[in-house]
Amino acid sequence: MTALSVQNVSYAYGPKTALDDVSFEVGAGRFCALLGPNGAGKSTLFALLTRLLVTRRGRIAVAGHDIATSPRSALSKIGVIFQQSTLDLDMSVARNMSYFAALHGISGRAVQTRIDAALDRLDMRERAGEKVRSLNGGHRRRMEIARALVHEPEVLLLDEATVGLDTAARLAITGHVHDLAEAGLTVFWATHLVDEIRPADDVVVLHRGRVRARETAGSLAGEGSLTDAFMAMTAAEAPPSVGGVP
Amino acid sequence: MKGYLVALQAITLREAQRFVHQRGRFLSALVRPLVWLVVFAAGFRAALGLSIIPPYQTYITYEVYIVPGLCGMIQLFNGMQSSLSLVYDQEMGSMRLLLTSPLPRGWLLFCKLAAGVAVSLLQVYVFLAIAAAFGIEMPLWGYVAAFPALVLSGLMLGALGLLVSSTVKQFENFAGVMNFVIFPMFFLSTALYPLWKMAESSDLLRDICAVNPFTQAVELIRFALYGQLALWPLLWVILGFVAFFGLALLGYDPAKGLRMRRGPP
Repeated sequence: MTALSVQNVSYAYGPKTALDDVSFEVGAGRFCALLGPNGAGKSTLFALLTRLLVTRRGRIAVAGHDIATSPRSALSKIGVIFQQSTLDLDMSVARNMSYFAALHGISGRAVQTRIDAALDRLDMRERAGEKVRSLNGGHRRRMEIARALVHEPEVLLLDEATVGLDTAARLAITGHVHDLAEAGLTVFWATHLVDEIRPADDVVVLHRGRVRARETAGSLAGEGSLTDAFMAMTAAEAPPSVGGVP
Repeated sequence: MKGYLVALQAITLREAQRFVHQRGRFLSALVRPLVWLVVFAAGFRAALGLSIIPPYQTYITYEVYIVPGLCGMIQLFNGMQSSLSLVYDQEMGSMRLLLTSPLPRGWLLFCKLAAGVAVSLLQVYVFLAIAAAFGIEMPLWGYVAAFPALVLSGLMLGALGLLVSSTVKQFENFAGVMNFVIFPMFFLSTALYPLWKMAESSDLLRDICAVNPFTQAVELIRFALYGQLALWPLLWVILGFVAFFGLALLGYDPAKGLRMRRGPP
């Protein structure tokens, strides 16, 4: 079953083309990495997937709901973590999450149960009462992921979720999100860091607004490494980044 | 429907908490009109003679005259302050949380607007209480009658702020908003001088003041404070609200908004 479907999507900022006839699908319960150097069009694609931008060229469907014709159904199936943090630093973890639940129209007893469950999944339950300001970068990100699960989405979108984190926190987040995929959630993970991707993960390579490859990381790497394969596709124009070092 | 109200409650509560925690903002919102009332009006009362104009039935002091205008000023500044925080939220990314919610975007923006109005009502009534303590009192019934008027004027001025926030991309551009929105709206209105005073200096000035939506808001509040309904201003304020909010929704529409011409959001 297809959880996320992008068909022939193009987008331009005035005369500047950001996405050019992009098509791919992500199967339900898969971890799919959107791999591309900076400026490849990843953030634009995320804006289209979350309806911050819309385009008339192409079709996007989330869990079978077309985002153009039934945006509310599509958005209710998405949990999203943007590159930039969207937390209220002066509220506690729990308050941040209940505010988010309210924005999704969830109320009553269900809220607390869902918040607890989401925090449990990210090993963050004991931090519920702490102010977000007192959390370190890694914990803040984990909290954002937990928050994105409160409305029980089918697809989790993460746009460069590990930017600015140290190696240990990066590994922890990557591990947690892979666990979520194993538990049945569909994950779409944008990154320019090759080492966050496991061989069994699906990969969509985006470069200069076009899809350059769609296969599993293992088959993309072939005999060599994923880094080499990625470099071969994009290095002529832009060097890749490995292990958080740009 | 329940989900809609849950969002409205959460957004209003959050806005109110933010406001109460920012003591500086609370104080400046109060001090600004009080300075006008105590310092400016005291200086001007000697210079300005006011004749009896509706809704007043007797000669009034200048302080009494400018109270409704200052209520409007509180709401005007509050609308712009909300707008400023929206632009800030957009730059910092937290606006995305609102914009990616599955509830209709128009409703969520209305919730933001309503939350701003609630905060402005709090400010206005505290200001009116302090003014009363200084001896500038309105009829008791007027304080009640002013409530719906203040809600409407708050909605219109808040919607104007929302519209501004949908067109201004950067925080830095807000000085321009002060110069080109707040000051002309405030000074070219009946907040400080009645229309006939304006006409004494220039008919054109009077006409500009008369069509200024802020004038209509101030007059609506002024009459309401004396228990009277000003029909014409009421109509203008409602029209202003519908127009500003409609344009703001257009500005925030991902398909039609100005955002389209910008870089990645």
